[in-house]
This record gives sequence, C-alpha cells and structure tokens, in this order.
Amino acid sequence: MSGTGQSSGRPAASLPSGARRALTPAESERMAEKVRRVELAISLVLRVGVLASVLVIAVGLGLMFAHHGSYLSLTGPLSYRALTSATTSFPHSFGALGHALAHDEGRGVVVLGVLILILTPVLRVAVGVVSFAYEKDAPMALVTLFVLAVLVGSFFLAGA
Amino acid sequence: MTPLDFVVSLALISVAAGVLGSLVGLGGGVVIVPVLTLLYHVDIRLAIGASIVSVIATSSGAAAAYVRDRMANLRAGMFLEVATTTGALTGAYLTTLLPARFLFVFFGLILAYSSVATFRRRHADAPLTASDDRLANYFNLHGTYHDLAEGREVAYKVVGTKLGLSIMYVAGLVSALLGIGSGALKVPAMDSAMHLPMKVSSATSNFMIGVTAAASAGVYFVRGQIDPIIAAPVAAGVLLGATVGARILGRAASKTIRILFVVVLVVISLEMLQKGVLA
Repeated sequence: MSGTGQSSGRPAASLPSGARRALTPAESERMAEKVRRVELAISLVLRVGVLASVLVIAVGLGLMFAHHGSYLSLTGPLSYRALTSATTSFPHSFGALGHALAHDEGRGVVVLGVLILILTPVLRVAVGVVSFAYEKDAPMALVTLFVLAVLVGSFFLAGA
Repeated sequence: MTPLDFVVSLALISVAAGVLGSLVGLGGGVVIVPVLTLLYHVDIRLAIGASIVSVIATSSGAAAAYVRDRMANLRAGMFLEVATTTGALTGAYLTTLLPARFLFVFFGLILAYSSVATFRRRHADAPLTASDDRLANYFNLHGTYHDLAEGREVAYKVVGTKLGLSIMYVAGLVSALLGIGSGALKVPAMDSAMHLPMKVSSATSNFMIGVTAAASAGVYFVRGQIDPIIAAPVAAGVLLGATVGARILGRAASKTIRILFVVVLVVISLEMLQKGVLA
C-alpha cells in the first residue's frame, strides 16, 4: 500500500503534485487553485445526486400512499409491521425493479431513488478521476482510478 | 402504528441521526440500527440495510458542503480511500473465516482504546507546521481550513501516512465484516495518527464513509435488505439532518466536537462488547 507513491515515479519538476519535498509558497498557491476546481466539481456532483435521489424518493413515497389509501390513516388496524417484516416483498434486483417501475409501483420508484443515492459516491469518485486527470495531477488521478476500480469491482462481485 | 405514523416518526428520528452523524463523521447508523431494532422491532437484516442507506445519505449530504467549504481534506480523503475500499473488499471474503463474536470483542476493545486516545488529545491538538512524511509530501496531503469558531484560517501539515493507511485498511475491513463502525476508526486514524485537526478529521471521515458504504451497498441491495418503506424516511430525514449538521460543524468549537465524538465512540464500543460477550 505504502509503495503507491514511490512506484508512480514521475518527474517532480513541472508538477506541484508528485514533488518529493515540501512545496514552495508559490507552488502551494498554484496547487490550491487546482484543488479548488476539483473540490467544486465534486461538491456539485454530490449536491445533484442528493437532490435527484430525494426528489425520486419523495415521488415514490407519494405514489405508495396514493395507491394504498389504508396506509394514510393515523390510527387503525393496519400495522407498518406488515411492510417491514422479514417476509415483506419488494424489488431487489434490476429485473424486479424494472417490472415495478413499469407498473407504476411506488416502492419501485423509492428503490430507484435509493439506488441513485448509492451510486452518488461512485459517481463522485469517477468525477474525481476525470478532474485530477484534467488538472494534470497524475498521482492523485491514479490513486482515484484505483478506488473507482475497486468500487466497480465490488458491484460486479455482488452480482447486482 | 400505521404505515404513515411509522414513516413520519422514523423521518423525524432520522433528521437527528443525520445531524449527529455529520458532526462526528460516523454516519447515522449509530442511531438508526438501535432505533429500528429496539423501538420498531424491525428485523436486524433490514435495519443494517437501512443503516447503509443512512451512512451514504449522511456522507453525500454533509460532504457536498464540507468539500465546498474546504472543511474536508479532499486529497487526503481520496488518498486514504485506497486503503478503506481495499479493506472493505477483503472483508467481504473474510466474513466466514472469523467468528463474529470474537470480532465484536476485539473491535470493541480497539474502539475503547481509540476513545481514550482521542480524549487525551483534547488539550494538545494544535496543528503541525512542518512534516517530513514522504507520502504526505509526495501527494501533498497538507491543507488549510477556515475555522468559523476561531474566525481564522488554520493551516496544518499531515504526518503518519503509513499508520493512517493501515488503520484505514482495518476500518474498511471492520465495516465490511460487522456492517458497523465505518467512521469510528477513520476519525482517530486522521486525528491521532495523522494529526489532522479534529473538525477536518470529522468532515473528511464524512466525505469518505459514503464510498466505503457504497462498496458493500450492492450486496445489501441484491440480498433484499433495502426495504423501501424504511429506506425512504431514513434517506430523506438523514439528508436533511446532515445538511443542517454541516452548517453547525464550522461554528462549533473543536473541543466540543472531540468530546461529542468520544461519547459516541464509548457507546459504540460498549455496544460491540455487549454483542460479543452476551450474544
């Protein structure tokens, strides 16, 4: 793990990142500007992902309650336990999700919103790779690319 | 309790979980799992699925602000994610090798030690002004943040990168093995081992936990642990809470955040020890 830095072995002269010494104040300033642009890009991705997922989840929740009038009462015989037990059915594969969405099911829409939320950090890492590469910060771009590879790998290993 | 009561009450509790999680860098799972299992008597598998959703919601909700306000150290966070994601991936394969009971006792003790170490630094957390750490210099992990409570820019240097990476690897491993504690080791790794300021450690941990959780979220989804009627109020409530928490962190005193973190860490370590000893 600790060899990541040394092994990329690139010339330190032109780039502030990858120097094997502390940066001079001028270099630090140039560095800060680069980092700033990456920060703003990543912050934007996170905000868009969060807003999109919240909107979709809200719509899904609205549909759930609209389709099942009995859910809406504040008192009554219907318990939430029926919806949160170990045997409750809800979509947990992409096929089932597609089916639920095609039938306008609220719970399918909620699951879609949750998936958008789950994918937001992955997208954030991907944007990190692109931003660091664009700012010609090779060591950080490689590190971030490795993280992205592990994340994508984990999704495939999960069989999703 | 009807579904509407459930959704509304859980959403309100989730707001509180989001505020707390975003302040101490732990994600809302600390609150969400006990609330769901003890208060609502929800199946533990579904509670853990909801906890993963809450961790990602806390992370993305708070980090959008922390990264924009430069409270989180983006470079250090992304660099350390190498270790957490690798740890999470290995953890997924070790699950069957080690008995969970032993793991709970082992990590309960580690967290108890971390809480003491974090508490001890309460008077001595002045940021470093120099670093001869080769990795930290190579990747330029040092940073500056604006402390609203102190009303000034605080520059800090990073040391102990290798120790930090090792702890982060274990942090990823633990969260994959036990489904909890994703941030509990990250904050001490940055605060005690790498000398990042407390508030930066918390904000950077927040930034990182979403990625660690996302690495195992796929598995939880496929196994059917993400129940929409639980996930919806948790996600929405935690996102709102995390947005509020992110506004508070900059204004709070470092010491307050440290003490709050230690208290939560003590509770988690006791929970783990209890699970290991009594289960």
